[in-house]
Amino acid sequence: MPGIKLSEKTIGIIKQVCSDFRNEGSELINVLHQVQGKLGYLPAEVQEVIAKELNISVAKVYGVVTFYSFFTMIPMGEHPISICMGTACYVRGAEQVLSEFKRQLKVEVGQSTPDGKFSLNCLRCVGACGLAPVVLVGEKVFGRVSPQMVKNIIAEYKEVGASEAKSA
Amino acid sequence: MTISYQLKRADFIFKNQNDWEEVLSKSISRTPQELINELISSELKGRGGAGFPTGLKWKLTAEISDSTKYVICNADEGEPGTFKDREILSMVPFKVLTGMAVCGYVIGAKEGYIYLRGEYFFLLPELNKIIREFEYYCKEIKFDFTIRIFMGSGAYICGEETALFESMEGKRGEPRNKPPYPSNYGYMGKPTVINNVETLAHTYTIFKYGAKRFYDLGVQYSRGSKLFSVSGDTPKPGIYELELGMSLADFVEEFGDGDTKAVQVGGASGFLVPRKRFNETAIGFQGKLVGISLPTGGSMMLFNSSRSMFNVLDNYLEFFREESCGQCTPCRVGCQQLLKGIKAVKRGEKNTKYLDKLLRLTETMKLTAKCGLGQSVANSFSSIVENFREEMIY
Repeated sequence: MPGIKLSEKTIGIIKQVCSDFRNEGSELINVLHQVQGKLGYLPAEVQEVIAKELNISVAKVYGVVTFYSFFTMIPMGEHPISICMGTACYVRGAEQVLSEFKRQLKVEVGQSTPDGKFSLNCLRCVGACGLAPVVLVGEKVFGRVSPQMVKNIIAEYKEVGASEAKSA
Repeated sequence: MTISYQLKRADFIFKNQNDWEEVLSKSISRTPQELINELISSELKGRGGAGFPTGLKWKLTAEISDSTKYVICNADEGEPGTFKDREILSMVPFKVLTGMAVCGYVIGAKEGYIYLRGEYFFLLPELNKIIREFEYYCKEIKFDFTIRIFMGSGAYICGEETALFESMEGKRGEPRNKPPYPSNYGYMGKPTVINNVETLAHTYTIFKYGAKRFYDLGVQYSRGSKLFSVSGDTPKPGIYELELGMSLADFVEEFGDGDTKAVQVGGASGFLVPRKRFNETAIGFQGKLVGISLPTGGSMMLFNSSRSMFNVLDNYLEFFREESCGQCTPCRVGCQQLLKGIKAVKRGEKNTKYLDKLLRLTETMKLTAKCGLGQSVANSFSSIVENFREEMIY
């Protein structure tokens, strides 16, 4: 991955989060949550700043970032699409739904569309097994999704502006 | 052998929580010993799935002398097919907080944490509001107890208690060796009680009504009621509170779609029970029930005859391979090999005898894996392969 030069402002944001957590190494995960919330993702350069601020090794920060599936080192799309691959969703056809998303968006799992609008991911059980199969777009939950519905779900987010989609 | 216990509905968990102030103040006016005795005589066992007696857990932690101890509510509900804790935390959160506070009083802890599953971030604002209200009341009655939420980050393994501590300490969620157990050496190396959300909600029932009300439900060795998350091929998916000890046949009659081929009890780390065993299987903890008795965290997934058991197993193994923390070899390599193995058999690249070899591998994993994850892969693997061998091959 090509190196990114962090702006002074970004570095300032990261330092602020670290000091909010008293620069304590044991708060690493909370710090990562906050920083990812503000920046969208956690590239290596960001991890270096965090490691320095919390006085722990970069290897440790990297180890934690890569261990937990919530943390990402690549930027997500404006509307992250997550398909539940839990058992209940799986047996009710989540895989067909996933392939339909892949086909329509022309991306693989873990990638974003070139316009940065959508990214595609799988996750394990959102705890809505009664609605299987389940698809999440941002924080919105779609239940009992069939491959036929995929087109409409994508269209819903393509047409409206980002702010409207979020309030939906 | 046929289990004669009937399916009985119960209604305690979601019943009104409005009297939490009274339950809390009354409980902490009793001695810790009284409260422990109450819990022990209720025979409440942990509702996360492992079934450790709750009263004993509190007692062991109370007996250690240390000025700093912790109470942790395990809300890292990650077992595929379970969604009861989420419902408890949205419907009756005060019961859980009260359970935590009473536990703090009993063991001598002033700080409580809720380890909330990352996927449940939408519960956070409401929970924080409720915690503030709760802490305000504690202050009013001069009871020193605070609660903080720690957000999980999407790792199934962190539901394992020692991995959860590691995660809270800002590390990779890799399980520790046991012993020492959390009652001696838990979060930050301090004596810690860690209970499942549902377990804490049950302690509320016990402190409110007394142990007998709880003990009268269920059967010997499996007292009380339990929440079940019902999903899969069923006309009525959802959460149901049922008395423990019912037979699986009764359960299927109530929740099945008339074509139930098998039920996975306890999620991916649980057991698959085929139709021919419904009559001889009871849902509860190990004990002297007739036939086989299966403990569960409450996930009940029904499969009808249109489902391929190969696909189900494939999905479980995919899940375990993904979620294995990678720390110990039996689990890390074992999960990969099992997944590769069943695919090879299915494609005809391996002889069917290879399945027996894989079964032996799960036995090895059961004996040598460091924590419950690697040890329990054998449960679903052997119960599916042994009962639906044919589907693995053709």
